[in-house]
Amino acid sequence: MSLLMDAGAWLGDPANWSGDNGVPTRTVQHLAITGAAVGIAAAVALPAGVLIGHTRRGAGLVGALSGAARAIPTLGLLTLFGLAYGIGLKASLAALVVLAVPSILAGAYAGVQAVDAATVSAARAVGMRPRQVLFGVELPLAAPVVVGGVRAAVLQVVATATLAAYIADYGLGRYLFAGLKSRDYAQMLAGALLVAALALLLELAFAAAQRYAATRIADPARSDRNDTRTVQKGPTS
Amino acid sequence: MTWLALSWEYVLELTRDHLLLSVPAVLLSVLIAVPIGRLANRRRVLGGLVTGAATLMYAIPALPLLIIIPAVFGFPLRSSATVVTALTVYGVALLVRTAADAFGSVDAEVRDAALAVGHSPRSVFWHVDLPLAIPVLLSGTRVVAVSTVSLVTIGALIGVPGLGSLLTDGFQRGITEEVAVGVVATIVVALVLDGLLLAAGRALTPWARTPRRSAKTAGGAR
Amino acid sequence: MKRSLPGQRPRKRRALAAALAVAGTAALTACSGGDPFDSGSDGGDGDTIVIGSQDYYSNEIIAEIYAQALEEAGYTVDRQFRIGQREAYLPEIEDGTIDLFPEYSGPLLQYWNAETSVNLPDEVYAELEGAVPDGLRVLDQSPANDQDSYTVTQEFADEWGLTAIGDLAEVTTPLVLGGNSEAETRAYGPAGMMETYGIEIGFTPIEDGGGPLTVQALEDGDIQLAVIYTASPAIAQGGLVTLEDTEGLFLASNVVPLASDNVDDEAAAIIDGISAGMDTEDLIALNVRSVEEELPAATIAEDWLAENPQ
Repeated sequence: MSLLMDAGAWLGDPANWSGDNGVPTRTVQHLAITGAAVGIAAAVALPAGVLIGHTRRGAGLVGALSGAARAIPTLGLLTLFGLAYGIGLKASLAALVVLAVPSILAGAYAGVQAVDAATVSAARAVGMRPRQVLFGVELPLAAPVVVGGVRAAVLQVVATATLAAYIADYGLGRYLFAGLKSRDYAQMLAGALLVAALALLLELAFAAAQRYAATRIADPARSDRNDTRTVQKGPTS
Repeated sequence: MTWLALSWEYVLELTRDHLLLSVPAVLLSVLIAVPIGRLANRRRVLGGLVTGAATLMYAIPALPLLIIIPAVFGFPLRSSATVVTALTVYGVALLVRTAADAFGSVDAEVRDAALAVGHSPRSVFWHVDLPLAIPVLLSGTRVVAVSTVSLVTIGALIGVPGLGSLLTDGFQRGITEEVAVGVVATIVVALVLDGLLLAAGRALTPWARTPRRSAKTAGGAR
Repeated sequence: MKRSLPGQRPRKRRALAAALAVAGTAALTACSGGDPFDSGSDGGDGDTIVIGSQDYYSNEIIAEIYAQALEEAGYTVDRQFRIGQREAYLPEIEDGTIDLFPEYSGPLLQYWNAETSVNLPDEVYAELEGAVPDGLRVLDQSPANDQDSYTVTQEFADEWGLTAIGDLAEVTTPLVLGGNSEAETRAYGPAGMMETYGIEIGFTPIEDGGGPLTVQALEDGDIQLAVIYTASPAIAQGGLVTLEDTEGLFLASNVVPLASDNVDDEAAAIIDGISAGMDTEDLIALNVRSVEEELPAATIAEDWLAENPQ
């Protein structure tokens, strides 16, 4: 456990908390690339997933695609993008976007698709237009699962964004590589702890968001949580 | 296709190494995560803590995990045990939540009925809970299998051969084909395992093959 | 990936219990001590010579040459190749898991003696012989040299009239060095550059060991200086200029086999023969074949041994 103490000492050293290689700078960089990757992935995958869940077409394709995408080794992807784009953030960002898409897509698709067909029929029956059905019924009911998909993606990306340091002077991953290559395992472990702490904070934030989505958006009446067979009015987002 | 023509035997060898690392990790993940998930499902507060902790384990970056594990367990750094353990950590992290959900999806009335006709609680677990949880457990296991196969590639970073070796080697030598073969072979291995699990699941749950369209509930929306 | 469950009927599933039992047995087999695929645990017995190599194709080719030559002489060889960087494999050599490893004199000396001040090949080798821990020895060093160097593009060299590292003092634009992240802390990194040459440089990590990404970054102008091995095909292929190191920033780095006591005198003689027969041009040629002809290490090693019979 002396390694852990050394990591603690590393974290306690004020010298590691200032400058371009300081913890605050690296953390901001790490958050920036995580946010950018998840943001881009969400911009692509959310509409696609919702559309597929709504129309209930192409589900098999989504399953196969997201399965295959999960199997892509991020290290390999980063290498290929690196050879294509050169060093810097572009390659890392592209690899992380590919990593984030399957979870977001699956969440959006599964969430919307799981909305009871009877609920949708009922909404139509009372005269709601397709747009109203989507934004007033399906999306609010799907919100917890959709947010869950984004949450899973964020968690994956925040841990994997350390790989950005493979080809760029960027993010908390720098501590990992610098520590690994120079046998400074205390620095490496400190870096890992920082990433885990960041993940914990994001996880807590998303858990809260998911609870909010479940109680306030999907089920304002807070009746039996599995019983969504009655049409519920949610805020049109 | 110069490189592949010259080195296909090496690719096969690495594929075997890759499988020998992934399969035990997936099996261990299931064996560990299912009881934890069951416990988490039975005791809500504890369950919340356990699933939260499991999710966090998933957030540990792979590289430091590979260094920490030998320090904690006393394995040599460069050993299959290190890689299998790391992958099991991730596998359990992924599967615990799904396992809890899987047991949560078992209808309480069915369980009560089984108790009422004289099953012991242990028997209810083996003959009711577990079989009924299989479809959800299986979907979780498929995700674990696919992501494990993908993650095994990081073993190359600590000198444990697998398809990841093609990534690092191809990268250094600038042979894009070698990197691409590494990526494609990894995906193929993952999809084959996924297919086998799907087939196994069908064999284990014949009742699930009956048309299910009418039975769609919102149980998945939580 | 959560699915909704249809209404289900309970049913006895003995097959499931059986499947789980099989899975359990497999898992136990996999993690028992006699793990058949555990590459790290064997070796060290008298019959087999365990040869290791770095996670670097050039090093792997040399290791493969050792392996084939020893097999030719009747030894049983266990190849533990592509282990990674020095930090990962040296503990395994020190504990006797690996018997023979192609090394590089300067960096190896620095591993055991970071403070060393020598830099010429023979000085480095002499000091290395004294620095090697008990139970290990270095065999004869080879004239073949593959060392870190500062490399720039031909264009950049022409623009500023660069031939030696000291000429960089004339460059008025910012200089950024690209290399593996260990370069940042090693003696030849930015700090050493300031100390030895009084030149200030920045640093960007590129973890490919002076490979294609590093070369591309040089060509793209993302970095101006790169740490590239002198035997790298990238230099042989042209377009790059290695700056002369007049002040001894880099240690001489000749190929030198590191061996345990398990390597007997006969085997050592075979390896010494290989070291003597290989020069820097050979090494570059081997690397070029690996990168351009995309040949496996075994083929390249076989061809070299055919041309240089031991």
